[in-house]
Amino acid sequence: MLKHIFTLFTLVSVAIAANTYAQSDVQLEINIPRLTVAEYHKPYVAIWLEDTQRKATQIAIWYDFEMENHKGEEWLADLRQWWRRGGRKLALPVDGITGATKAPGTHLVTVDLASLLKQQPAGKYKLRIEAAREVGGRELIQLPITLPLNTKALPIKATGKRELGLITLSAVK
Amino acid sequence: MPRKTSFSVAIAALTLLTITSAANAHRVWIKPSKTVLSGEKNYVTFDAAVSNTLFVPEHFPFRTDGIVATAPDGNQLSLENVAQGKYRSTFDLALTQEGTYRIGSSSAGIRAFWEDKEGKRKMWPPRRGKAKGDTFETAVPKNAKNLRVTYSSRKVETFVTLGQPTTKNLQPTNKGLELITLSHPNDLFATEAARFKFLIDGEPAVNAEIEIVPGAMRYRNAAESITLKTDNNGEFSIIWPNAGMYFLEASYKDNKAPAPATVRQGNYAATFEVLPL
Repeated sequence: MLKHIFTLFTLVSVAIAANTYAQSDVQLEINIPRLTVAEYHKPYVAIWLEDTQRKATQIAIWYDFEMENHKGEEWLADLRQWWRRGGRKLALPVDGITGATKAPGTHLVTVDLASLLKQQPAGKYKLRIEAAREVGGRELIQLPITLPLNTKALPIKATGKRELGLITLSAVK
Repeated sequence: MPRKTSFSVAIAALTLLTITSAANAHRVWIKPSKTVLSGEKNYVTFDAAVSNTLFVPEHFPFRTDGIVATAPDGNQLSLENVAQGKYRSTFDLALTQEGTYRIGSSSAGIRAFWEDKEGKRKMWPPRRGKAKGDTFETAVPKNAKNLRVTYSSRKVETFVTLGQPTTKNLQPTNKGLELITLSHPNDLFATEAARFKFLIDGEPAVNAEIEIVPGAMRYRNAAESITLKTDNNGEFSIIWPNAGMYFLEASYKDNKAPAPATVRQGNYAATFEVLPL
């Protein structure tokens, strides 16, 4: 019951936010590279916003949340920085943040980023994206951003070397 | 069979000896497979051994009968799949509660050294273990020649955390040489500083000698150990140079021993995992 109320609350707040900030939306795209390896598993990916005091605001966590007995949570600690920056505090799965693992390709982060960024105090931040893959490696990428976001500074891009491809924070026209 | 018994007694004695002499001795360690874990429940497997090269078991297995595992809520947990090999002991721990687990072995007691009338060196408790009902008063002659009595404490431990780190079972017992984790022992990262404190019987252990040795020693030519001393508050800090497993050993000595001992000493050893940023 509580969970349903929470879902409803999330939906309502997202709807309100979307309405208010519809004109100045930003979007975050994450590319997961196609790797030619003998044994490929889709990576676990975490996305969060970190202020200069290292306080984290969670944006997304893509992992095997549908496995039986929460088995998929056993590898979340491999996202070492995310785990430390609040991942270990979450009661998973979290509505609106938890998502399934993604196949190689470019994926749009579905959370209402514009409203999430507008709720933060002005200042310097890092948008951090961490990926860890079973039988593979781990990579942590950051996009430095200043809030409130000046859309003229967009797009902000960074490219991973192994586990992550092009990451783009851009304005939605 | 008698042969085997005397052999294991010899191991026990050796293990004890190696713990008592901190410097230049064999190192006693309990090494977890991982220290930072996620999930509703999880397992950690441990190796426990007495060896020089960290963390290669190559000398003696560390006896598991004295190892106590404490859950985040303070309750004692039983070790699973305990086995003793030629060079190491292994056991598993099922983590079912969120928080920090403490796994270790500790002991304390007095030891007397003296010379008999012929000038032969004597020790109590004897190397092969004391006899039943044997006490300091009955075993050590009054007015023994060159009598030295030490009170020593030893502790070997490690820590693992499932989910969020907790500190409930990291509180001091105020007995022996103990580590106070000002920085959480399962939240250690390369290039970052960690701060710790040592207590001796509940008081700051000032000028305790500390040696920190990175693991994987076999694959380099020098030990690359870091030696430090605790300050006037019993504290010290370390910047972990690299990620990996680390062995920390501390020793402390003073003359504030409970009678009949005149020398108080404490030895402490722990294994820490440092993760890459």
